[in-house]
Amino acid sequence: MTAWEAVIGLEIHVQLDTRSKIFSAASTAFGAEPNTQACAVDLGLPGVLPVLNLEAVRMAIMFGLAIDATIAQRSVFARKNYFYPDLPKGYQISQYELPIVERGRLEITLENEVQKVIGITRAHLEEDAGKSLHEEFEDFTAVDLNRAGTPLIEVVSEPDMRSAKEAILYMKKIHSIVRYLGISDGNMQEGSFRCDANVSMRPAGEDAYGTRTEIKNLNSFRFVERAIDFEIERQIGVLEDGGEVVQETRLYDAGTGETRSMRSKEEANDYRYFPDPDLLPVVIAQDMVDAIRAQLPELPWEKASRLSTEYGLKGHDAETLAMSRELAEYFERTAKHTDADAKLAVNWITGELSAALNQDHLEITESPVSSTMLAGLLNRIEDGTISGKIAKDVFRSMWTGEGDADSIIESRGLRQITDDSELETLVDQVLQDNPKQVEQFRSGKDKVFGFFVGQVMKQSGGKANPKQVNDLLRKKLG
Amino acid sequence: MQDLSVSQLAAGLDRGEFSSEELTRHFLHRMQAHRELNAFITEMEEPAILQARRADQRIKEKKHGPLTGIPLAHKDIFCMDGTKTSCGSRMLDNFVAPYDATVVRKLEQAGCVVLGKTNMDEFAMGSSNENSYFGPVKNPWNPGHVPGGSSGGSAAAVAARLVPLATGTDTGGSIRQPAAFCGITGLKPTYGRVSRYGMIAYASSLDQAGPLAKSAHDCAYLLQAMAGFDARDSTCMDEPVPAYTQVLDEPLQGRVIGIPDEYFGTGLRPEVKDIMARAIAWAEGQGCIVQPIRLPNTELAIPAYYVIATAECSSNLSRFDGIRFGHRCQAPKDLHDLYRRSRSEGFGTEVKRRIMIGTYALSTGYYDAYYLKAQQIRRLISTDFSKAFETVDFILGPTAPEPAFKIGEKTDDPVTMYLSDIYTISVNLAGLPAVSVPCGMHEGLPVGMQLIGNYLTEGRLLNFAHQYQLATDWHRQCPPGCMQGSHGE
Repeated sequence: MTAWEAVIGLEIHVQLDTRSKIFSAASTAFGAEPNTQACAVDLGLPGVLPVLNLEAVRMAIMFGLAIDATIAQRSVFARKNYFYPDLPKGYQISQYELPIVERGRLEITLENEVQKVIGITRAHLEEDAGKSLHEEFEDFTAVDLNRAGTPLIEVVSEPDMRSAKEAILYMKKIHSIVRYLGISDGNMQEGSFRCDANVSMRPAGEDAYGTRTEIKNLNSFRFVERAIDFEIERQIGVLEDGGEVVQETRLYDAGTGETRSMRSKEEANDYRYFPDPDLLPVVIAQDMVDAIRAQLPELPWEKASRLSTEYGLKGHDAETLAMSRELAEYFERTAKHTDADAKLAVNWITGELSAALNQDHLEITESPVSSTMLAGLLNRIEDGTISGKIAKDVFRSMWTGEGDADSIIESRGLRQITDDSELETLVDQVLQDNPKQVEQFRSGKDKVFGFFVGQVMKQSGGKANPKQVNDLLRKKLG
Repeated sequence: MQDLSVSQLAAGLDRGEFSSEELTRHFLHRMQAHRELNAFITEMEEPAILQARRADQRIKEKKHGPLTGIPLAHKDIFCMDGTKTSCGSRMLDNFVAPYDATVVRKLEQAGCVVLGKTNMDEFAMGSSNENSYFGPVKNPWNPGHVPGGSSGGSAAAVAARLVPLATGTDTGGSIRQPAAFCGITGLKPTYGRVSRYGMIAYASSLDQAGPLAKSAHDCAYLLQAMAGFDARDSTCMDEPVPAYTQVLDEPLQGRVIGIPDEYFGTGLRPEVKDIMARAIAWAEGQGCIVQPIRLPNTELAIPAYYVIATAECSSNLSRFDGIRFGHRCQAPKDLHDLYRRSRSEGFGTEVKRRIMIGTYALSTGYYDAYYLKAQQIRRLISTDFSKAFETVDFILGPTAPEPAFKIGEKTDDPVTMYLSDIYTISVNLAGLPAVSVPCGMHEGLPVGMQLIGNYLTEGRLLNFAHQYQLATDWHRQCPPGCMQGSHGE
């Protein structure tokens, strides 16, 4: 039986967050009425000409610097020719032989804490196409050109990934970089960040690549993972049945979780790339690159390393937080307002808070519990006013808008019982009420100890200090 | 009135000898009286009268410039807001442009009165105007002959005195060759001197708009208003526009004129050669230094051009797909049928031929052998010129190998047709400016000479042409059928 190894490369399309389009002055805002944000240039009217938006160039350079790539001193726009109703000019302005960004690299951290370098072949600037709408009009296809001309960078990786998990780690890292740089909103539902995956299989240990398929237009991390996993299994199936993988483009069906053939290599377009005579080569002076480098914001891995040294976080925790710029900023604001251990803050942010956000489909920036409110809650845990368990109740009340931690603790009387005599009364009562269990414990059944703790906590309405209860029980039973 | 120069017309308007409306009506009448030439695709009588009245108002308020109130025609390749812009094609027969080309806007601001849109070879592809969906234009000197192309409508209209000024575009000779065939003056500026925005693209790296008029002096006025930087065209030069009319009177003494061997070889009609010899002799008489030069890669210009121009056009014309504007076939079965039939029906034979050649040249496996090779040749041709301009100020030769040929004479043989642009095409490949000036007649048909200059020397070219026109009257010749009072006027 052959052991198979997957070889995966990703092409990620990132919409750049410029105000106007890459070659026209029309707005790039999402969600306007169809065809209201397409000017003469975007419509490809006879006689119109493209003019490059320098903001898009600046953003591409920022990205290139963040992935430690070479910024081309001279790059060239080329026409990619094909007919499609949502491609107004009959060609897409892209870059072909001379892209603006080349030879970058990115480190991902695998589950076993091993660092792996993923090579990035190139990132080039191009314009997005419009959208074809097939559903709403019977017997017709409608075309919305609002998206046509939105600037994109297409980030092409080397075939360096070996599993869907690695691909997702890489993709998430690219996502986090563009969010940190502020060059894309990274919104996957709106198509601002989407991905094509190239997948092939080879017997483990071999150098030569197998025949690959390309899965088009994956617009969520989950879909990428599922599509790649499906494709890996499908290709193994084909190969183990003695068949051959056909080089083709495939589509992922989110409904069935399967990929299906879209077109084979034979049907593939000859795009007839050639330099666009309407645009001059993009010449980038070193001064400009230096100026952009000087203004680069803190990047995810820089933030992670700072969080780990400044707050004493473990590598994994720091990276989890730093994956999202907003999450890391939330953490830092929380940490500033509490004396509690930073680890406690991380646990709450990546635990309770993240779960609640997911549940309500909210972004961290929309959280009803602000960083100051969370810090207030952590302070009460830290000073022993409430137990961790009660804190979860308080958190839920804060989430539904009942106020800050202190006012909720006060109004509900949730303050932890730490008074020894009060606790002793509770403990005595429990022991008295359960003579049979006391008998069992004394005859060596240690497990019953937990039962007593539980009973005391229950009697106190969860407010008893668990450590003190433990100590008292040991004393009384011992 | 139709024989007056732009400066004479401006002076007449200024002095109140006639109004722009009178001038406009005069030329509108001539335009209508000479419809047999088929020079116009769209006549614009009503808007022209309104524009003329506005111009008269400006003149009255002394807010006018040298072109205010002067009638003009636009080649139907320039988009004009609210006006049909067909580019000589069935594909755009139904297309009303929703915006103005920069050239159109500039000339409107200058106060010109637009009488109409002129006929042309479909999408500017042709050298005879026989490729127009709206039928061929007749040469005003002999209606059995072609006016040249692709700006044949503009050239014929100016030659027939239907309009004093016309715009044209030149991708491989499309201003200069029809100017020569019709006996008028036409200038192709340096690539990037005039904005291409709103000018329907044929071959983007070669296309350039320019003026057609009776004289170099008139061309200077028109170029002045057309030229200049435009932020909407990335290939437009950000260079100041000199005052062209101010340099026309400089003496030619000491200017060095190169005569390329390659422009006087086989294929050149002996009569045209003799006419050139007289023009060269005149230049020597003005104190110019005439010397032979070599442009060794000239013979490669036509093949290189027909790869580059067709490659670019195959892509530029993809937007005519029947989806958003232009011709759409009846009852398409599916998307592929819609593309195939809309384009098959909308484009004419020559356009289809060039789209196919260009598509082939850009295809995988052929790109290096054709497109890249043609670009290499293009650089060689540019180098030929830059070497020549190290020692000469101008390069002089015939605009075309022969006078206007007969309608139908070359339609069955595209390669012979392509050869009629042999002297003009390399100028586009190098992006240089050049002017065609009438310099003789043969068998009742005009002959033109072409003067090529280095980059941005439009002023010097017009200076030479103007001096020549002060000494000669070839540019004053009017086709017999178009004189005042003839042919139903």
